[in-house]
Amino acid sequence: MTGQRTAQRTAQPTAPPAPAGPAAETPAVPRFYRVASRREDTADTVTLELTEPAQPVPAFAPGQFAMLTAFGVGEVPISVSGLGDSGGGRARRLEHTLRAVGAVTRALHAAPPGSLIGVRGPFGTGWDVASAAGRDIVIVAGGIGLAPLRPVVLSALADRSRYGRIVLLAGARTPGDLLYAGELERWSRDGVEVAVTVDRADSAWSGEVGLVTALIEPAGLAPGNSVAFVCGPDIMMRFTADALAARGLPASRIRVSLERNMRCGAGWCGHCQLGPLLVCRDGPVVSYDRAAPLMRVREL
Amino acid sequence: MTGTATPAPRLIDIDGLPALFEALRGRGYTVVGPTVRDGAIVVAELASAAELPFGWGVETEAGRYRLRERSDTAAFGHSAGPQSWKTVLHPARAKLWSADRVTGSAGTSIVETGAAEPPRYALLGVRPCDVRAIGILDQVLTGGRHADPVYRGRRDGAFVIAVECTEPGATCFCTSMGGGPGADSGFDLALTELTDGGDHRFVVRTGTAAGAGVLADVPSRAADEATVRHAATAVAEAAGHMGRTMPTQGLPRLLADSRESPHWDDVASRCLTCGNCTMVCPTCFCTTTEDVTDLTGDHAERWRVWDSCFALDFSYLHGGSVRTSGQSRYRQWITHKLGTWHDQFGSSGCVGCGRCIAWCPAGIDITQEVSTLASMLEQAAADEDKP
Repeated sequence: MTGQRTAQRTAQPTAPPAPAGPAAETPAVPRFYRVASRREDTADTVTLELTEPAQPVPAFAPGQFAMLTAFGVGEVPISVSGLGDSGGGRARRLEHTLRAVGAVTRALHAAPPGSLIGVRGPFGTGWDVASAAGRDIVIVAGGIGLAPLRPVVLSALADRSRYGRIVLLAGARTPGDLLYAGELERWSRDGVEVAVTVDRADSAWSGEVGLVTALIEPAGLAPGNSVAFVCGPDIMMRFTADALAARGLPASRIRVSLERNMRCGAGWCGHCQLGPLLVCRDGPVVSYDRAAPLMRVREL
Repeated sequence: MTGTATPAPRLIDIDGLPALFEALRGRGYTVVGPTVRDGAIVVAELASAAELPFGWGVETEAGRYRLRERSDTAAFGHSAGPQSWKTVLHPARAKLWSADRVTGSAGTSIVETGAAEPPRYALLGVRPCDVRAIGILDQVLTGGRHADPVYRGRRDGAFVIAVECTEPGATCFCTSMGGGPGADSGFDLALTELTDGGDHRFVVRTGTAAGAGVLADVPSRAADEATVRHAATAVAEAAGHMGRTMPTQGLPRLLADSRESPHWDDVASRCLTCGNCTMVCPTCFCTTTEDVTDLTGDHAERWRVWDSCFALDFSYLHGGSVRTSGQSRYRQWITHKLGTWHDQFGSSGCVGCGRCIAWCPAGIDITQEVSTLASMLEQAAADEDKP
C-alpha cells in the first residue's frame, strides 16, 4: 500500500489535515451485504458470496482483506477469496472463505443465505499479480491460505497470455480439509500445474503425503523467471519461502501474506504490529526480503 | 499561523481568567483543564477558573507522584499528571457505530442509528510536551490513508491553550526528545504564567485567528518588553532543569539491535505488565473494539476502548497470543515508542513527559532502560573487537 508518509506535522489546533484519496469514506462503518450463497468447502470452512449492498464499498484487489461483521457479535479480518463483480470500482459482489474458529467466525460460518453481513474495507496491500507479467507464477498454499490466493489464480487465468507457467502447490491437513477441490480440477484442465499434498492421508487418498515444501523440487521451477505467492501458517510460509530462496528465487520476488490480530483494519488500533510494520496497512502482503528478518524473531 | 505577522504578546491578569472561560463557553466550548482530584492533578471539565489547582505543585520520581503545596498561587506550577489530553481527544471509550436490525415486508435490513455530534473542547493548560503529543496523535490517527472519525471530530473542534513550562519535574526529559519547555506552534493561545512579586499574570501569545478572537474578548494589556523577556528567560532556564535525560542518537537502531538482548529478562523480572505506562502515555493510542447488543439482539453497538500492548490478549491469534512473555511485551512497548514509531509514523512516539516513569508501580524508568541497553550493546561491540 502506498502509505502517505509525511514528516511529522506539528499540531494544527483548528484544522487537522485532510486525508488523501477516495478511501477516506467512513471506513469505520460496516456496509451490509446479503449472503447470496453459502458453500461448505470443508467441515469447518465455508465460502460466502455477498451481494446487494445498500452502499457498496470500493472494489478489492487480490490479497486485500475486509473486516466482516456478524451483527451484534463482532468483527474479524478475512481476505477476499473472490472478486465477484467490481463494476464501477465498487464491490457489488464479493466472496469470502472463512473457517469457524472463534465466536465471530462461528457466527459468520453459520450465516444462512439471505442473512446480512457487514463489510468494511478494502484494507491492506494486494498480491500485485500484474507484476508477474512475463514470468512464471508460483503459488504455494497451506490450509485455508489457499483462500486469499484463489483470486491470484482466477485473475492470472483471466489474462492467461500475460504469464508463463502457473504452478499451484497446495497442502492440507487431511484430504477432507482440502479447499476448492472441484475448482482445483478445473484449474488443472485450464493449464494450471496443480500439485497437492496432505499431512495425514485417509484410505481414499492416493496422492502425496507430506509437507507442501516437498512439492517444490518436483515442480521443476525456473527461479530466475518466477514470482512466488505464499500463504499459510507462519511456519509454513517461512519454510516455503526459504526453500524457494534456496533454489535461487530472490526474496524480493517471494510474497507472503502475514496474519496478525487486526482489530480496525485502518491503522488506528495498533494491534497488528510486526516490528516496523502495521500489517493492516503495510501488509498483509509483504515481500519476503522485508518479512523474513521479522518472522524469525520469536514473540515479535 | 503563517503569512501574517505575529501579534505582539499581551498580558492577562489573574482576574482575567473568568473572562477567558466566558469567552470560550460563549463559543460553545467545554473547558477542560487541570484540577485537584483524588490526590492528583487530573484533566477534567472545569466549571470555572476557581477549579484550577492554584497553589499546588507535584513531586515526581520513579514510581512516585505526590501533591505538594507551593509557596505561591500558581495554577500551572505542576509537571505532567496521570492523564494526558488523549483522555479528551481519543477517549477511553467511544461509540463507533450503532444500528438496528429491522424486519419488514421487504425482509430484513440493518439501519444505522444516528451518530452524535462530536463535543467541542477547549484544552486549557496543555504543556509543550503535550502539544507535541497531540501533533503525534494527529499523525497517527489522521495522517494516513484513513482518518479516525472519533479523533478527527474531537480534534477538529478543539481549541488549544498551551501553558509553557517553567518548572520541569524530576521525571521530565522533553529536551532529550527534541522538544522543550517552550511552545512554538500547535496552539491557538500560549500562556506563560508569572507569579513573581505577588503579581499573578500571564504573558499571552496568539497562534491562530481563532485564538486572537478569544483573546479579544478577554481584558488584556500590552506586555512590556521586560515582562516578556522575564517570561522567556524562565522558560529558557527550565530547559536546563530536566530531571532525566534520554540518550538521543540512533534510538531506532539501538532498539532494533537490542531485539535479542538479555536485558529484557531483567526488565521482565520487575515489570508487572500492568499497562499503566500505556494508559498514562500521551501518545499510546492502541484500542480494541467490543460489540454489544440489547436484550432483543436487534440493536447492536460497536464501542472502541483503550487497549494495551501489555495485555496478553493484545496479540491474540486463533491458537494463542504472539507475545506471551513479559519480556516480549515490554520489548514491544519500548521498541514501538522509541524505534518503530519512526518507521510507521515518521517520528518518535515519545515526548519526554515522564509519566510512564512516575506511574510505573515498579518504578521502571524508560530513560534508564535505554541507557542500559545502549551500554550493553557498546560492551558487546567492545568484546567483539578484542583479539
